[in-house]
Amino acid sequence: MAATRGAAIPQLSWGAVRPASVVLVSGTEEFLAERAISLLRDILRTEDSSLEVSDIAADDYSPGELATFASPSLFGEPRMVRVSGVEKCTDAFISESLAYLESPASDCYLVLRHAGGVRGKKLLDAIRGGLGGGIEVVCTELKKDSDRTDFVLSEFRAAGRKVTAAAVRALVAAFADDIAELAAACRQLLSDSSEEITEAIVEKYYSGRVETNAFRVADTAIAGRHGEALVLLRHALASGADPVPIVAAFASKLRTMAKVSGARGSSGQLAGQFGMAPWQIDRAKRDLQGWTEEGLARGISILADTDAQVKGEGRDPIFALERMVNVVSARGDER
Amino acid sequence: MSIWDELTGQSEAIAVFRAAAGDPAFSDRDAAASPSHPEGSMTHSWLITGPPGSGRSNLAFAFATALLSPGDPEGDAAARRQVEARTHPDLGVLSTERVIISIDEVRSLVTSSQFSPSVARYRVMIIEDADRMTERTSNVLLKALEEPPPRTVWILCAPSEADLIPTVRSRVRSVRLRIPAVADVAELIARRDGVDLALATRAARESQSHIGMAHRLATNEQARVRRERTLDAALGIRTVSDAVLAAGALLEAAADDAKSITEERDAEERESALRSLGVEPGGTIPPALRAQLRSLEEDQKRRATRSLRDGLDRIMVDLLSLYRDILLVQLGSDVEPINLAVIDRVRAAAASASPAQTLATLDAIATARRRIGNNVSPALALEAMLITARRAPS
Repeated sequence: MAATRGAAIPQLSWGAVRPASVVLVSGTEEFLAERAISLLRDILRTEDSSLEVSDIAADDYSPGELATFASPSLFGEPRMVRVSGVEKCTDAFISESLAYLESPASDCYLVLRHAGGVRGKKLLDAIRGGLGGGIEVVCTELKKDSDRTDFVLSEFRAAGRKVTAAAVRALVAAFADDIAELAAACRQLLSDSSEEITEAIVEKYYSGRVETNAFRVADTAIAGRHGEALVLLRHALASGADPVPIVAAFASKLRTMAKVSGARGSSGQLAGQFGMAPWQIDRAKRDLQGWTEEGLARGISILADTDAQVKGEGRDPIFALERMVNVVSARGDER
Repeated sequence: MSIWDELTGQSEAIAVFRAAAGDPAFSDRDAAASPSHPEGSMTHSWLITGPPGSGRSNLAFAFATALLSPGDPEGDAAARRQVEARTHPDLGVLSTERVIISIDEVRSLVTSSQFSPSVARYRVMIIEDADRMTERTSNVLLKALEEPPPRTVWILCAPSEADLIPTVRSRVRSVRLRIPAVADVAELIARRDGVDLALATRAARESQSHIGMAHRLATNEQARVRRERTLDAALGIRTVSDAVLAAGALLEAAADDAKSITEERDAEERESALRSLGVEPGGTIPPALRAQLRSLEEDQKRRATRSLRDGLDRIMVDLLSLYRDILLVQLGSDVEPINLAVIDRVRAAAASASPAQTLATLDAIATARRRIGNNVSPALALEAMLITARRAPS
């Protein structure tokens, strides 16, 4: 079986994992990697319920371990050897696994988890080059909302349940940060409700939860939407944002606006002059609508004061932030 | 030449220390008090206060030399050399290039203060920048300051008594320095650095009698240009946009300045650390040694923070002097202005604003200095400060 395949091995997504003598699980998204590995174990278990599963930590590898777990046993059960932390592996692990790949044991499924980085590159290149006849499962982070939507849809499809589009949107908005949290929320909904999952059900479980960040708070406040900005600020603080970066986000927005406010010329020229991207200049120009010179001045003064307040001059950083949002969303007018 | 000669315009303070260094009652309890050295002029804990650049540390080291010299309050050559190199066995010095003095540094100094002197009459412990100790750190000192071993002398330096906690203040004898006269500083600079008196006078005036700064302005063309640019930038502010851009420029200038001072030393220190750890140049650093290098880098980063803050503070002191002059012109006062070189522009600026506006700007500069000390982002503090310096075009 060894070294008979072509130069490149198949690269699959986490859901399409299938048994192979070597399965390399690469990528930074730990949650998806775990999913893929447990999925593979389930597939192997259904094939033969006497599967033996053993674990090796590659960063704490003692010589001979791999051969011990991978060599055939007396009753000939299939074996699955899961190796974690290949990105921190020892030199002994690299040399022994390369030797193993030259002639993989039959009925043994070796799963290597590599979370990214240059360590163990020689081993990865060998596997990707086709040594051992393996496959690679790529678990990259789901950054785009459309990827997350697909993830949610596939979760419900796997369970054979219907879900409305609005419900998916609400779920993705509520858990924008951590894919594990999103998956847990899906599981919760699946186990708790028996009918079709609608927006009303998502609302019932996770109503009012919005994940936001400092820049969204700043954008909303600068656009003058006072109430919404205050709500977002509270959401940001409640979901773990720190006051100091929030002030810094406001400051960087207002600073760009102030620079652009006094400058004449096309976006391209200004971008070169200030060392920013043209879209940032366009954005700042749009943001400046409705702002006056005096308003900007007061806005920046209040930011400096707020920064001092949240860094220990004041007793209540939250109050200082709210006052800042008040002033900025009034475009610098005193209230 | 005596150790006291280099200190400009501090004759009263020098007299106090001279008498103390010659006090026989302290060093030799059996000797009778002589009339020139009345008993009780020496004590075990001193605090030297005075404005920055008035020579606090220099005076502290001169006093230390006098105490460490065997028998001679004018300071003998060997002791002076050792104190200058900070290698005298009975001298403990704590100075910092960071923002604060850490508690561990003070603890180890307190421990070493308990030893009796090995070669000199006294063991001398000096803390420069005692104002950079936090309250918790100051508390470590209290016991040692109150009752040191018989022949240990503590010397603390700080800008003012108010910078120290009351419990430290009550345990030390305080000696105040005054701001030396412009003429004195100019004379010193002209004599020591060999520049002509007119330039030295201008440098002394513009540095507001800060001896170190005056030396820099008199001998470094770049420093003079940078100062002029700072004033230009402030006087040219018309809109919020100008203010933000000027703040960016000032910050960049200060950062460049700080970097040029620290970068070279950082590389040197790293190299010597690697050499003493036995790592050949260009070789990889063994994992076991990385922690040491990381702690060195952290120290260097702290020094860079301090260096940037000092640079910004100098800029703001320059701006304070500018708006002070503008206010003097607006109020028709006949006090001598600091920025004589740009007096025309000062007059123009005075005509284009009201005294109230100028006072508001002065307040804003003071606020910005306080904020930067409290860790506010320097860019934001400078922007808020310069926004108050907007003036309608005249």
